[in-house]
Amino acid sequence: MGVILKTKNVTKRFGGLIAVDKFEIDVQENSISSVIGPNGAGKTTFFNCITGFYKPTEGKIIFDGHYIQGLTTDRITNLGISRTYQNIRLFSKMTAIENILVGQHPHLKTFWFEAIIKNKRFLKEEEDALQEAIRLLSFVGLSGLGDQVAHNLPYGAQRRLEIARALASKPKLLLLDEPTAGMNPNESRDLMNFIRRLRDELEITILLIEHDMKVVMGISEEIWVMDFGQKIAEGTPLEIQRNPRVIEAYLGRGAASGLNLEAKGVEA
Amino acid sequence: MIKTLQENFQKIQKFALLGGIVAIYLVAVGMVETFAQRNLIGTSLSLGHAFLVLGPIGVGILIAQAMKESETKSIYVAGFLAGALSSVSLILFNIVIQIFVIQADPDAVFYLRNMFVSFTPTAFEFLTFGQGMVLGNILLFLFFGLMGMLGVSFLRFPDKIRRGWINSLIWVLAVGLFSENVAQILRELFGPGLGKIIFSNKSMNPVAAIILFAVVFAFSYFGLKKEASDKWAAMPEEKQKKGRVFIIIMAILFVAILPWLVGLFLSQALFIIGMYVMMGLGLNIVVGYAGLLDLGYVAFFAFGAYTMGILTTTGALGRSDLNFWMALPFAMLIGVLWGLLLGFPVLRMRGDYLAIVTLGFGEIIRILALSNWLAPFGGGAQGILHIPQPEFFGLSMNSPQAMYYLVVLGAVLAAFVTIRLRDSRLGRQWMAMREDEDVAEAMGINLIQTKLLAFSIGAAFSALAGAIFAARLGNIFPHSFNILISINALALIIVGGLGSIPGVVVGAIILIGLPEMLREFAEYRLLMYGMLLIIMMIVKPDGFMPEARRSQELRDEKDTLPKQAAGTEG
Repeated sequence: MGVILKTKNVTKRFGGLIAVDKFEIDVQENSISSVIGPNGAGKTTFFNCITGFYKPTEGKIIFDGHYIQGLTTDRITNLGISRTYQNIRLFSKMTAIENILVGQHPHLKTFWFEAIIKNKRFLKEEEDALQEAIRLLSFVGLSGLGDQVAHNLPYGAQRRLEIARALASKPKLLLLDEPTAGMNPNESRDLMNFIRRLRDELEITILLIEHDMKVVMGISEEIWVMDFGQKIAEGTPLEIQRNPRVIEAYLGRGAASGLNLEAKGVEA
Repeated sequence: MIKTLQENFQKIQKFALLGGIVAIYLVAVGMVETFAQRNLIGTSLSLGHAFLVLGPIGVGILIAQAMKESETKSIYVAGFLAGALSSVSLILFNIVIQIFVIQADPDAVFYLRNMFVSFTPTAFEFLTFGQGMVLGNILLFLFFGLMGMLGVSFLRFPDKIRRGWINSLIWVLAVGLFSENVAQILRELFGPGLGKIIFSNKSMNPVAAIILFAVVFAFSYFGLKKEASDKWAAMPEEKQKKGRVFIIIMAILFVAILPWLVGLFLSQALFIIGMYVMMGLGLNIVVGYAGLLDLGYVAFFAFGAYTMGILTTTGALGRSDLNFWMALPFAMLIGVLWGLLLGFPVLRMRGDYLAIVTLGFGEIIRILALSNWLAPFGGGAQGILHIPQPEFFGLSMNSPQAMYYLVVLGAVLAAFVTIRLRDSRLGRQWMAMREDEDVAEAMGINLIQTKLLAFSIGAAFSALAGAIFAARLGNIFPHSFNILISINALALIIVGGLGSIPGVVVGAIILIGLPEMLREFAEYRLLMYGMLLIIMMIVKPDGFMPEARRSQELRDEKDTLPKQAAGTEG
C-alpha cells in the first residue's frame, strides 16, 4: 500500500485571512481517513484546493504520481478524484439516471457528431453507460427512483445519489464533504456502513470531512485534525480522542484543561 | 346566504377593484374603442365587447375559485356583485367624459382629450350602450354583474355542461376572430359559396355561430374526445403502432398542403413562423440546454443573411457567382465561425454579464453593417439588393409556398439535430452546465469545449435561417437585424418552455404567427406581448409545453431492468 494523495505545505489565503495553513496529509491507498475540525476550521477550503475549485496559494498536491495543484477541476476529475458536497449539489432538474450519466463523463468517448448519425459505437456506449448507471443506482439502494427528477428525491436519497454520481467517474479517491450533515444518528450509522462497503467492494480510497467526531471515530483509520487552518493533531482515532489540543479545539480551553487533569488523574 | 356574502365581502371588494382596474385600463388605452368596429358575430358582438368583459369575467372566475367551499347560489350572487362593482370604475370614467370632454370647451385647461386620446364621446357611447348617462350606466352595471356570473359559471356549471360551455364559447370567438383566415381556408376547400354564407364583412353570421356553438357543445357534452382516446387505449399495441404511423403521415401531409390551404398572405406568415422555429431551436440549444443567456442572437442571423447576400447577389456588390445552394454551407460556416469568435471572450462570463456582452455584440454587428467602413462589402445603409431566389431543378422558388417548404426542411433538420444531441453525452453536458457550472466542471466536463459547441451549433441554425431569409426577401438592410429579432426568439422559447422542442413550435405560432394573422392588433402588439409574458410568468412559469424528462431506468420495464436490481428494492 502506497500513498495515493500527499499534500505538502498547502496554504490558501483569502486576502489577509489564512484559511488553510501549511496543511500536510498522506492518504494511504485503499484506506478510509478523515479530516476533522470545528466549524469554520478550513476543511472544505482544503478540499476545494485538492479538487481544483481553488488554487492553493502555496504548496504542492501530489495525487497518484501527478502534481495537481492549480489544475482545473475537470482535469483533476479525469485523473481520478471525485467528490460530494457539503450542501448537496445535484443537477436538480435532471433525473437521477441523468445525474449518474453525467458523472460517467470521463469514460465516454464518442464524438458529438456520432450522436447525430447514431452510429453503432454511439449506441453501444450509451447503452453500456445506461446499464452502468442502473447498476450504480441499485448499488446505492435507489433502484426504481432513477427516473425521478433529482430535487424531488428525499434528502437521504439525494445524498446517496450524489455518492453514486461521484462513483460513476470510477475514481481512485473519493472525497466526501460532511456526508452525514442533516442526518439523525441512525441514518449516519447506515451511511458509515455504506462507506465502509464502498471501500471494501470497490477498492477505492475514501477521504472524509466531518466536524462531528463521533461519526468518524468508528470508521477512520487515520485522522487529521484541523483548527484555524492548521493541523493540530494526527493519528489513529484513539490517539485523537486522547489528544488535549483536539479537546481544546472542540470544547474550549477550560474544558480541555479540566479533561486533561482528569486524564492525568486516571493515569496516576 | 347573506352571512356567506358578508364573510366574503372583502374578497368581493378586492376582486371587483382588480376587475375594475383591468376594465378601465383596456378602455383607457383605447383597445375597447378601437375594436368596437370589428364585429365578431353579427353586428352586435364586437371584439371591443370581448375586451370589455375580460375584467368582470375574470372577477367571476376569481370569486368562484376563492369561494370554492360555499354553496352555488351564494357564489353566483357574489359573482354578480363583484362583476357589477367592477363597473364602478367605468361609470366614473363615463362621468368624467361627460363633464370634461363632452360638455367641456375644447380650449379649456381641463379638456381631457388633450392628455388622454382615448377619452372620447364614442367610448362613452359604447360603454353606455347609447342609452345616455343614467340608463346607460345602470345597464353597464347590470351587464357587468351578468358577466361576473358568466365567469362563475365557467367553474360552477356541472362538469359535462361546463366543458361544452367553455369549449363552444372559445370556438365561436376564435372563428369570429380569425374569420378572414377561416374564410380563406373554406374558399380553398369548398369554393367561394360557403364562406360568404358564414361570414359577412369579417363577422360571423349569427345563425352560423349558433350552429357552431351547438356542434362543439354536443361534441364536448357527449365526451367524444374522451371516448376516442379510450378506444385508442383499448386498441392492441400492433394497431396503435399502425395508428401512430397513420397520424404521422397525416401530420406530414397537413404540413405539406398547409400553404395551399391558407393562401398567399398566410403562407408568408407560415414562412416567418418556420424561420423563427429554426432560430428558436438554435437558441434553445444555447439558452434552453446550455443555460447561456444570449441576447445577441440576431448577429448570427445577420451573418447568415449577409453571407448569402454577398455570395449570390447579381447586383454591384456581388463577389462570386455561387447559387443559393452552393452559398448555403458557407453561410452556415460563417455563422459557426462567428459563434466561436463570440464564444471565446465570453467563456468566463455568467448569467447577467453574458447577457449584456452578447447584447452589445448584436448591436455592434448591426452598426458595423450600417457603417461606411464596411459599405464596400455590405452596402451600408443601402443594403444588398438583387439576391436571387433559389432554384430547384430549374424551377425558381419565387413563391412564399416554395420557400415555406425550404424553411420547413431547415426546421426539421434543426429539430432532428437538436433531439439527437439532447439525448447524447453532449446534451447531458449542456444541461449539467445549465444546472451548476462548477459541479459540471468537477464532473470532468470541459466547459470551454461544451460552451463553444453550444454557441456554434446554435449560430449555425440562426445563420441558416438568415440565409433563407435573405433569399426570400431578395434584399437585406442593416435595420432588418435589430435587437427585436433576438428578443422575439428568446421570448418564443420562454413562452413555449425552455428546452422543449414542441415548445419552440408553439411559442413561434403564438408570438410570431398570431400577430401576423391578427393584423388589427398591430398597434397594440407590444402591449399584448408584454401582457402575455407577464401572465405566462405568473401562471405557467415553465411555458406552454415544458421540457419533459425521459424515462430511462424503466423505459421498457421488461428488457432493461435487471431482475436482481428490482429485487433489492422490493
